[in-house]
Amino acid sequence: MKNTKYDRIADLYKADEHRIRNACLAFLVGGIIGFLGEAIIMILTTKMHISRSEASTFMIVFFIFVSSLCTALGFFDKLVTKFKCGLLIPITGFAHSMTSAALDYKNEGPIYGVGSNVFKLAGSVILYGVVSAWFFGMIRYLIGVIS
Amino acid sequence: MLLLNSFLFCGTICMISQIILDNTKLTPGHITSILVVVGAALDSFSIYDLIIKYVGGGAMLPITSFGHSLIHGALAATNSNGFIGLLMGMFDLTATGITAAIIFSFVFSLIFKPKN
Repeated sequence: MKNTKYDRIADLYKADEHRIRNACLAFLVGGIIGFLGEAIIMILTTKMHISRSEASTFMIVFFIFVSSLCTALGFFDKLVTKFKCGLLIPITGFAHSMTSAALDYKNEGPIYGVGSNVFKLAGSVILYGVVSAWFFGMIRYLIGVIS
Repeated sequence: MLLLNSFLFCGTICMISQIILDNTKLTPGHITSILVVVGAALDSFSIYDLIIKYVGGGAMLPITSFGHSLIHGALAATNSNGFIGLLMGMFDLTATGITAAIIFSFVFSLIFKPKN
């Protein structure tokens, strides 16, 4: 009786510790990704003399390329299980979900395998993004028309 | 200063979503969808533009920026085309990200074999 109670309390504290550690790891990894993004933009604008919007496009394409390549090589999944939201919330998670879906369904053929399953996980992001952007955009447009 | 802001902003969003993931039953799919909607909602009154001005690249990387650029392109097209611009300009700014992700995932799925 005493032991089970002790175990339960110990489990509670252990879970809490994991939660705090996970949150700190996600903060650190997400922060490093944001830092790298801004650093790449700064390097491109100062060294290559291109505009800031162009530099940010290159930066996003670079991150998508790196995370797709790491997913295809097979070690991005291990990093995701370790750092979770730190890698899933930036654009790297979007590219990771698409590449891993494409690789998983590769042996079911190019049309019904890869073609119809690429957007399996990323599709929800696009769907809800477009619907909400259309909805909020309509509200903003109507407010602009009325006033 | 932009570098520090990027670190703090991107890290804070990741930390908030990690806390939501650990303490509720929501999956990463739910959280990314919610964040996209939040980004679109923030930009409907130009708050996200302000964040990008002070944070820089760190605000363009989280998935909230996806919703922001969807609505931003749509509203920019309404200036020249009226109401139908909402549909015309929706993918103007996000086209690079989506196209790059599609092309890279297709090419890599041709080259590499799935592990396990």
